[in-house]
Amino acid sequence: MNHDAYPDNYIRGILNSVKSIAMVGASPVNVRPSYFAFKYLAQRGYDMIPVNPGHVGKELLGKPFVASLSDIDRPIDMIDIFRNSSHIMPVVEEALTLDPLPKVIWMQLGARDDAAAARAESVGIKVVMNRCPKIEYGRLSSEISWMGVNSRTLSSKRAPAPTQGMRLSLNRMSVGGGDTAASDRAAKNKSEQS
Amino acid sequence: MSDRLPGFSTLAVHAGAQPDPTTGARATPIYQTTSFVFNDADHAASLFGLQAFGNIYTRIGNPTNAVLEERVAALEGGTAALAVASGHAAQVVVLQQLLQPGDEFIAARKLYGGSINQFTHAFKSFGWNVVWADPDDIASFERAVTPRTKAIFIESIANPAGSITDIEAISTVARKAGVPLIVDNTLASPYLIRPIDHGADIVVHSLTKFLGGHGNSLGGIIVDAGTFDWSTGGKYPMLSEPRPEYHGIRLQETFGNFAFAIACRVLGLRDLGPALSPFNAFMILTGIETLPLRMQKHCDNAKAVAEFLAGHPAVASVNYAGLASDKYNQLARKYAPKGAGAVFTFSLKGGYDAGVNLVSKLQLFSHLANVGDTRSLVIHPASTTHSQLDDAAKVKSGAGPDVVRLSIGIEDKEDLIADLEQALGA
Ligand SMILES: Cc1ncc(COP(=O)(O)O)c(C=O)c1O
Repeated sequence: MNHDAYPDNYIRGILNSVKSIAMVGASPVNVRPSYFAFKYLAQRGYDMIPVNPGHVGKELLGKPFVASLSDIDRPIDMIDIFRNSSHIMPVVEEALTLDPLPKVIWMQLGARDDAAAARAESVGIKVVMNRCPKIEYGRLSSEISWMGVNSRTLSSKRAPAPTQGMRLSLNRMSVGGGDTAASDRAAKNKSEQS
Repeated sequence: MSDRLPGFSTLAVHAGAQPDPTTGARATPIYQTTSFVFNDADHAASLFGLQAFGNIYTRIGNPTNAVLEERVAALEGGTAALAVASGHAAQVVVLQQLLQPGDEFIAARKLYGGSINQFTHAFKSFGWNVVWADPDDIASFERAVTPRTKAIFIESIANPAGSITDIEAISTVARKAGVPLIVDNTLASPYLIRPIDHGADIVVHSLTKFLGGHGNSLGGIIVDAGTFDWSTGGKYPMLSEPRPEYHGIRLQETFGNFAFAIACRVLGLRDLGPALSPFNAFMILTGIETLPLRMQKHCDNAKAVAEFLAGHPAVASVNYAGLASDKYNQLARKYAPKGAGAVFTFSLKGGYDAGVNLVSKLQLFSHLANVGDTRSLVIHPASTTHSQLDDAAKVKSGAGPDVVRLSIGIEDKEDLIADLEQALGA
């Protein structure tokens, strides 16, 4: 997988197929990006599991925190890692010991570890880096268009009026890849410099 | 579901718009409302905290305006956009995110006269200090860079003379200085030039001109290219630091490559207040659907008129980058191969008096202070748009006393030429 620019169909396939998502580094502080994403994905119908050893015994929006991935009592489709790039590898190593293996490992906006990605991909796990699943879901459903964001999708179909907690269709026509060409180029230049 | 890139005309009609989910209305409805009902207290809190996508109050966002925003972002190849009340409002909102009092920005000397005024007087009173550079001398931009420089501002095609700016060369200077390049793309429109493809980090427009295109609605827009890293060195605290306005959110961390557009909305538009009327957004959206058709006709007509003027004995010179003999023709071929725009100047052998005389005799051209209308327009910048500048600055910005500016419309070119011929002849 080219991790500089994901085809929309790759992201769409992931968000349409996964059901349970363990969020490593989920924060109960309501101005942290992980809180935003956790809340949004739960509202869109995903089975969300907050993973954070510092908050065991507490709940995040009604879901009990667990200390680590191995403490989760059911199969996990996707692991969403809200940690800096330097903390990715241990999480991926732990994920690789799970049975069954997760189908997807997703690293948040700003997080990228190509070596960890390669390890996960070598056992057939799909990897997304430096993206936010909330933003991608909002983009492919065009819900993010309320904020003037370029969803890079089009549709001439009449969508159902969205209600709270509803799953949205992600199957609009894509008009480009996972980012605009210009921002893809900028991200690539940045990762080459660092 | 294939990932293919539709063409510009398809985006001009479709991007951002879809049938209204509630009624099935196919044209974008005008959501003429100040405010939007919350589902419950939690929904309201999520919206105010920027945690959920949705509408609160039309000063912060409106569904009609959102269609316009996504459409222009798509046409420019940006990640997001924010529509505001005018082109000037777009400029103030952009710079508010980038400059603290005492900071500097570098601006090309060849700009719309109103922008020169805004930068020189209004912005100076905010403590935002403009440093002028010459777009025909790239080294003058390099020389103007200081540790306080926060941005560079240029026009792609510069008002009034229609000169073409070497965007790539100036973007190299901006990148070296570690500051974003802001391009006012009003006179080109994304049909002729997409500045982001040439290294712009932020694009602004007066939608009042070619994008709206019919001379009936003011508007402005800011497009975020998603290319600039705001996190380095604490230089852009509105984007990189925890915002007290939002309980400590860091916008770049939360919104990634469209954080600048969000900052303009939630820190700029929300607090400064220049919201675009949804009715104007609707008018401008309707205009944009025909942008590719209109813009080509504007350019084709402009070239024919410029050629006519260049051959007329009463005309001293014509500044139109679409003419092979023009100083900017090489740059026009590179940046605007479909046409060099439709705003240009020429000067008359008879000087100031001949300019005034010409304007009074024209029957079809309207004498007014605007550009980018379906109708052809004429003005004498030295006595109007550029009148606040001193004589030297007038000449430097291409608006000397003998100069007449035209904005060529989409009428039949033969009629425009006949009108100019009768007005020049007698
Ligand atoms: C190039 C350019 N930029 C900005 C503006 C300002 O736009 P507005 O009048 O919509 O504030 C104008 C208006 O003439 C213009 O020509």
